[in-house]
Amino acid sequence: MEPFSSHTGVAVPLIKDDVNTDQIAPILHSRGLKEDYRSMLFHRARRREDGSEDPDFVLNKPQFRSPGILVTGQNFGAGSSRESAVWSMLANGIRVIVAKSFADIYHENCLQNGLLPIVLGGGVSDAFIARVIAVDGAAPFTVDLAAQTISGPGGADVAFEIAAADRARLLEGLDDIGLTLKHVDEIVSWERRAQAAQPWLQSTWDSR
Amino acid sequence: MQRTLFDKIWDFHRVGERTDGRDLLYIDRHVLHELHAHHAFARLEKQARRVRRADLTFAVQDHTVATAPGRDDATNPSGSAFIKAMREGCRKNGIRLFDIDDPEQGISHVVAPELGIVLPGATHAVPDSHASTVGGVGALAFGCGTTELTHILATQVMALKRPKRMRVRLDGWLEAHVSAKDVALRIIAEIGVAGARGYAVEYAGSAVSAMPIEQRMTLCNLNIEMGGRSGFVAPDDATFAWLAGRPFVPQGARWDRALAHWRTLTTDDGAVFDREIALDCAALEPQITWGTDPSQVVGISGRVPDPATLDPGRRAAAESAFGYMDLAPGTPLIGLPVDRVFIGSCTNSRLPDLQVAAAIVRGRRVAEGVVAMVVPGSSSVKREAEALGLDRVFREAGFFWGESGCSMCAGGNGDRGLPGERCISTTNRNFENRQGAKVRTHLASPVTAAASAIAGRIADARQIAPGAA
Repeated sequence: MEPFSSHTGVAVPLIKDDVNTDQIAPILHSRGLKEDYRSMLFHRARRREDGSEDPDFVLNKPQFRSPGILVTGQNFGAGSSRESAVWSMLANGIRVIVAKSFADIYHENCLQNGLLPIVLGGGVSDAFIARVIAVDGAAPFTVDLAAQTISGPGGADVAFEIAAADRARLLEGLDDIGLTLKHVDEIVSWERRAQAAQPWLQSTWDSR
Repeated sequence: MQRTLFDKIWDFHRVGERTDGRDLLYIDRHVLHELHAHHAFARLEKQARRVRRADLTFAVQDHTVATAPGRDDATNPSGSAFIKAMREGCRKNGIRLFDIDDPEQGISHVVAPELGIVLPGATHAVPDSHASTVGGVGALAFGCGTTELTHILATQVMALKRPKRMRVRLDGWLEAHVSAKDVALRIIAEIGVAGARGYAVEYAGSAVSAMPIEQRMTLCNLNIEMGGRSGFVAPDDATFAWLAGRPFVPQGARWDRALAHWRTLTTDDGAVFDREIALDCAALEPQITWGTDPSQVVGISGRVPDPATLDPGRRAAAESAFGYMDLAPGTPLIGLPVDRVFIGSCTNSRLPDLQVAAAIVRGRRVAEGVVAMVVPGSSSVKREAEALGLDRVFREAGFFWGESGCSMCAGGNGDRGLPGERCISTTNRNFENRQGAKVRTHLASPVTAAASAIAGRIADARQIAPGAA
């Protein structure tokens, strides 16, 4: 995983609650193993019924064509667990999402891919949203994970909270599997204990 | 110290604490599907890592498989690459695959319990958000992404933050034609699509105890639609009777020993939950969604709500749903013309779901102009239904009777509605464009879907006498 230290980019206001992963990364008719994650992002929302671009959708506006940070509402990433809803963000240069809250699985998928999910509380969030709307893509914002701040035009730095462990993992770009495999002895001894206590869990035998 | 069932299962499966503070939770049963597994196989190969416990891992082809009779890899052209990559990955890694032509192929959440692959008190993971369906047999299940799936293949554990505990108490007898689907939709309506975010949810109470296992699975299936991390029902005698004799369930002395343990899988009296909610199901009527998220629900006799009556936090979503659904506030749901009906998905595709729908359909015809389809949740369900003659009931009424798979739930196999169609669906998500571009989905139970197919309009199954023999 690519380490995350800081990220500077245009902040895009997508001010809606409950944006779901079917919207972020729709399952399209023509798909294959090698998908175009860049064009997948909000594929339907970006288009009008005749297939042409919808100039009103925020990511289609000239000032938001090269996004870096997405700013949104409550429960972002609800629904399907599809990780393409994170990969399609990264493919478009979005490495930070600032939301009022995230759906659980989506939040995990962000952390797994070096996409920084920032939760801002109510009043702070509303003020930041107003600021991002006012700036309207005219100048970028910078998110500094080490300092836990968002800085940019139109106001003072905004501090954000993140679990220390999540922060460390992102900063170091740690390989999650490698981290877990340091505990392989514990996994082996758990399997021994389970084999003694609940042996039916440690094997799958087709009785037919 | 009194413990909840969640704590008992979690604590037993807790391998240790990772250096980043996450709990490493052992996963007893891991089930893959073809839409996501190929990424994981490719990554493992690149990292020169092996599957740690292929013997605890199973795989199904469900998301992209065609439902047309006589289907093969190529019937859905956009699925064939996924299907073949899955087959190859399972072969290389020694994973038991229920392939497209396997007599036990089906939707992972239907196949795993019906074969007894998941067990009470076991942990379970699937790279799919509806993993907790199997909570209906008392398993603790987690949906996950592709990177986590790779992690589980390599380590057999998940690195998780311990969720909080919630109990949903459901009491009162369900009336005829009211089912777990209606109960779940009502709960989601009450607490919202993020109401259970961060929680493992135990469903309890007399209404749950009275539910057959298949309905408990429907209840747990919809847990993610209120944002829940996991959802389950404590196993009881009905669970044990349902599981006994299934192929992968322990047999003989091992069954006796397992059973003795499973009887301890209850929440202790006095155990504390972080949140408790209760719902009296006695007066509940069939429920249906009117909008574009699963919390936008009314009783079938109700009307599309006036946004002024809604919680302020829900008004914006409602306003945007009116346009997409082509509905005005105050419109009654009953009587809305229907173009398409889908009965299937991990939510409502088990044998009893098809039986209750067939009882409505028997001897009747699908209304002119309505496209209606039934897709059994597994090839086993399909076979059992055919042995009961249900396929004839549906086909003679004008329904399409398909091969098993996820089908129109997410449309990953090409089964989709047409723009502007109004679709009554027994699935789990009424999101915009999910069942096809501009398709207007109303989520409902199998009997409501069946009654609506016959009427050609949204209909209340309670007002339709069971079909003639």
